[in-house]
Amino acid sequence: MAMTETMTINMGPQHPSTHGVLQLVLELDGETVVKATPHIGFLHRGIEKLSEHRTYHQVIPLTDRLDYLAPMHNNLGYCLAVEKLAGITDQIPERAQVIRVIMAELTRLKSHLVWLACHALDIGAMTVFIYCFRERERIMNFYEQLSGARMTSNYLRIGGLMADLPDGIEKEIREFVEEMPTHIDTYEGLLTGNKIWQKRIIGVGVISAEDAIDLGVTGPSLRGSGVDWDLRRDQAYSGYENYDFQVAVGQDCDTWSRYLVRLVEMRESCKIVRQALDRLKPGPVLADVPKICLPPKKDVVNTIEGLIHHFKIISEGFKTEPGEIYVGVENPKGEVGFYLVSDGSAKPYRMRIRPASFINLQALPMMVEGSMIADVVAVIGTLDIVLGEIDR
Amino acid sequence: MSEHVDVAKLREKFAAAVLDVSEFRKETTVVVQKEEIVPICRFLKEELGYNFLTDLCGVDYLGKSPRFMVVYHLYKISGHQRLRIKAPVEEKTPRIDTVSGVWATANWLERECWDLMGITFAGHPDPRRILLPEDWEGHPLRKDYPVQGPEREPYQGRLS
Repeated sequence: MAMTETMTINMGPQHPSTHGVLQLVLELDGETVVKATPHIGFLHRGIEKLSEHRTYHQVIPLTDRLDYLAPMHNNLGYCLAVEKLAGITDQIPERAQVIRVIMAELTRLKSHLVWLACHALDIGAMTVFIYCFRERERIMNFYEQLSGARMTSNYLRIGGLMADLPDGIEKEIREFVEEMPTHIDTYEGLLTGNKIWQKRIIGVGVISAEDAIDLGVTGPSLRGSGVDWDLRRDQAYSGYENYDFQVAVGQDCDTWSRYLVRLVEMRESCKIVRQALDRLKPGPVLADVPKICLPPKKDVVNTIEGLIHHFKIISEGFKTEPGEIYVGVENPKGEVGFYLVSDGSAKPYRMRIRPASFINLQALPMMVEGSMIADVVAVIGTLDIVLGEIDR
Repeated sequence: MSEHVDVAKLREKFAAAVLDVSEFRKETTVVVQKEEIVPICRFLKEELGYNFLTDLCGVDYLGKSPRFMVVYHLYKISGHQRLRIKAPVEEKTPRIDTVSGVWATANWLERECWDLMGITFAGHPDPRRILLPEDWEGHPLRKDYPVQGPEREPYQGRLS
């Protein structure tokens, strides 16, 4: 008569499939997972504490490093929150709103390309990884042309953008989104009809809609379970109400469903970028609020008011009314929110970041108990977690 | 604003526990007594339909009494409504009941609040640190914790 006991193994912080420094302690009965405990905090940098000692403008580069695969979305969420706190949401120019939407959707494409590449690579499809990263290089080229950096862009400012689009980039972006659906067809051709992919994905990582809502899951992971909720449509920000797009909702509550949801989201992002490029008209890209937004350089060197405002904004920052606000945006990973408490001074008294990946990761033990180790890898991929956002 | 309908119903049911209602930039905040937080949350979830706990965090108002405020951001998915509930927690006994029985997502969020702020959640199924190592001493997000970390010379230069 055999005596069985469970074996506890460590899927360490350094592991090719854990998408960052995530430690999973798995209690196994043979190959089946009995209990999974995530251990996080290896990338904790204290961004919330640091932001209490910096002016509102100086926090923007810190937000880049949260979800480092979708940096412009974090910038967008933070800038929208500070603009709402300062009361200048109506004064953001139209051109800045449209460019923000273009960059947000290109960032969504970028993030979903990494998701697909790493998810497929973990399961064994290496070609998809190379193809997705080839397209991602083109988006990173756009980032570099706009802001100077491929990943941590720091492109958005409170009241608008850092700088206008360089010449010729509109044509390049348009060409890119015209051919992107063909590339998505290629990825689908490699994966969707593939029997191995289907066997690894269908029925894995099931989470029902009630459990997902109870556990606070947001984003494509929630929409894959059949809950029709998208902040771009329901609590529209930055002009999203002007664009015509569909929200993908899956029915099967498993990894297959989430895979299809994200593929549709990639196609819809191309559609939104095309509509936004059509809406683009010449104009200013930074709000004309001298106390908050940096004046243009020619005013700084030629006029005394420009010089004084520049000096004051850089050295002291701008003061806001005491109060608190919360703004959530639809990040590729889920709802990323910024809760700012202001005590009337130039620095945020408390900045709280609602981390979508942290809360999505909470659902992992439930989705994985009872499946095999190989399914753990598939579920980590499908939850699309980013440790920068989990640990902050 | 229709949020006030829900706040009015909350006030009707828990008249003694609702301490303050305020509105800023079209967002409603309700301050309630911490002793009644679980019945209030249950009422909001089951009767009024706030089935999604977006966020749970703590804020340290050093120098004011009560020192801490636990902030709950709620969302009604069907009605697209947000609501903020705050519960003051004083410094001498920083304890409040856990709402992880109402929304399962509160589990990790309360662990993080304990880890970084030092607010204990009575009845929590798993009260461990989550972001910092288990043997860390202190609660870094409190205002009296140095930003450069413990056991280091205070930073002498400008922070901004």
